[in-house]
Amino acid sequence: MSAAAVGRGLAGSAVPAAGTIVAAAVCLAFAMTLQVVRDRIYPRQDAATEPLLYVRSPQALDRIVLGFDALAADVYWVRAIQHYGGERLAPNTSGRKYELLYPLLDIATTLDPYFNIAYRFGGIFLSEDYPGGAGRPDRAIQLLRKGIAQNRGKWQYHHDIAFIYYWALHNRAEAATWFRRAAAQPDAPNWLLPLAASMLVEANDRASSRYLWGEIAQSDQEWLRSRAERALLQLDAMDQIDALTGVLKGRLRMISAPYSWQRLLEAGVIRTIPADPSNTPYALDSVTGEIKVASASPLFPMPRTGSPR
Amino acid sequence: MHAVRHIAVNVFRESVRDRVPYNLVIFAILLISASYLLGQLTAGQDVKIIKDLGLAATSVFGLFISIFIGIGLVSKEVERRSIYSLLAKPISRPQLIAGKYTGLVLTLVVNVASMTVALYIVLAVISWNASPEMRASWEAPALDPQLLKAVLLIFIELMLITAMALFFSTFSSPILSAALTFGLYIVGHFNADLKNFELVVDSKPAVWLARGLYHILPDLSAFDVKMQVVHGLTVPAGYLLSAVGYGAGYIAALLLVATVIFSRRDFK
Repeated sequence: MSAAAVGRGLAGSAVPAAGTIVAAAVCLAFAMTLQVVRDRIYPRQDAATEPLLYVRSPQALDRIVLGFDALAADVYWVRAIQHYGGERLAPNTSGRKYELLYPLLDIATTLDPYFNIAYRFGGIFLSEDYPGGAGRPDRAIQLLRKGIAQNRGKWQYHHDIAFIYYWALHNRAEAATWFRRAAAQPDAPNWLLPLAASMLVEANDRASSRYLWGEIAQSDQEWLRSRAERALLQLDAMDQIDALTGVLKGRLRMISAPYSWQRLLEAGVIRTIPADPSNTPYALDSVTGEIKVASASPLFPMPRTGSPR
Repeated sequence: MHAVRHIAVNVFRESVRDRVPYNLVIFAILLISASYLLGQLTAGQDVKIIKDLGLAATSVFGLFISIFIGIGLVSKEVERRSIYSLLAKPISRPQLIAGKYTGLVLTLVVNVASMTVALYIVLAVISWNASPEMRASWEAPALDPQLLKAVLLIFIELMLITAMALFFSTFSSPILSAALTFGLYIVGHFNADLKNFELVVDSKPAVWLARGLYHILPDLSAFDVKMQVVHGLTVPAGYLLSAVGYGAGYIAALLLVATVIFSRRDFK
């Protein structure tokens, strides 16, 4: 072989590059066309019909991913969002109930224990009733408790648990307990304690509520002090209404409806028209005889209350 | 020193000839496409995920460079028989090892630095486009300088892996060196479990063995602070210094043993 021939061999192929690329593109287009035709004639049945989770143990995954826990957590977070979106858009008849939402969020938060949004997203969407959420407040609380164990001092998780007790489980007393715990965390906003106190009023636990409002009344914030003073007066009004109702219970029978303070005065049932702690006379329902804080009173509207404890 | 520098520069040039910098292009494409896609998929967590992805990719790309170039640093010279011409020159064997190692570390410096700059550029663009409310909801600012702490420890880890690959390359074939280095990389990430072996085993000798292995094997999980910096948690300077010091000590030990093994090798 001559030196020139060797040189040509070393210099590379003489086949035109553009022609080869076009030929390759034609071959690929041919293969793709065949694929489309084959899928039409022989429809594939391999689409995933059931939600699938390959690895269910968060601890095992934590080991498998070596030092890439945070990135793996992101993948599971994206899957959780996609799963939620997919189930939310699926027809209600599908029978699916966000079955993978908790396992996916559990894995994401085990891989990345500081994944704040995953705990809070889970808190909302696991607790909300189906079809808006999984309808599993127990799981939501479990996830948020895990968040508290990993991130001590995060008042938001305590607040979210309180909200679940209030909104999903209708347990105002437990909600108040969690709002108090939230308020006790470092950097907690100062509106949490009033929220706990209001919740206790709703739960009809007036003694605890009075104690909390009393504490709030010592605040250095003027708006908090005035809010607490009003709440304490409302609690006093509630006690007065209970006492008055007890006193009038049997005596209302002495006159017939329509009831009014004036008629009770004339009948000698009462000596003066009772007034609330703001000195505004109470309202008396003319049909039922129920005593209420008058709408003209600065204490109106009164907090909602649940069944007495 | 001149010989070491000369070898190092040649190793760096060789890595450029081997198209190692192509991985920077792949890295940039990965980050840019991810930053676009994540905005649609992740419910406001794009900055966290871009940081996670950028740091993980820096680590993975660096790992491949460290292992696949590191294993060939010495063994390739032996296979190609170019070791004879090298050793015929006024270069000592320790200088050769030092030069080869420094050259690959130089390649890693360029790679890690370029990837860090690319990551900061992508984060700057995201931050620029974000509303003030969205920026306020981030656990840490997009252009958080704390990220550099994670990058520093990733770089030290890569230097350690390079030293491991070079160490194996002085006495075994490239395939075996790659398997051993990768195996040690995995073991290094589980190493912390050996420290608490007494919790799962009753036998005293087994516990002592595990404790010994804990100290002998590289503790690579110590270099992982990616999660902490992404969440804006403080990584104490003392921890950073101790991790860097541990890495430096381990690298020095590996290179010294590699030098001894390589110096005793007979190429006749």
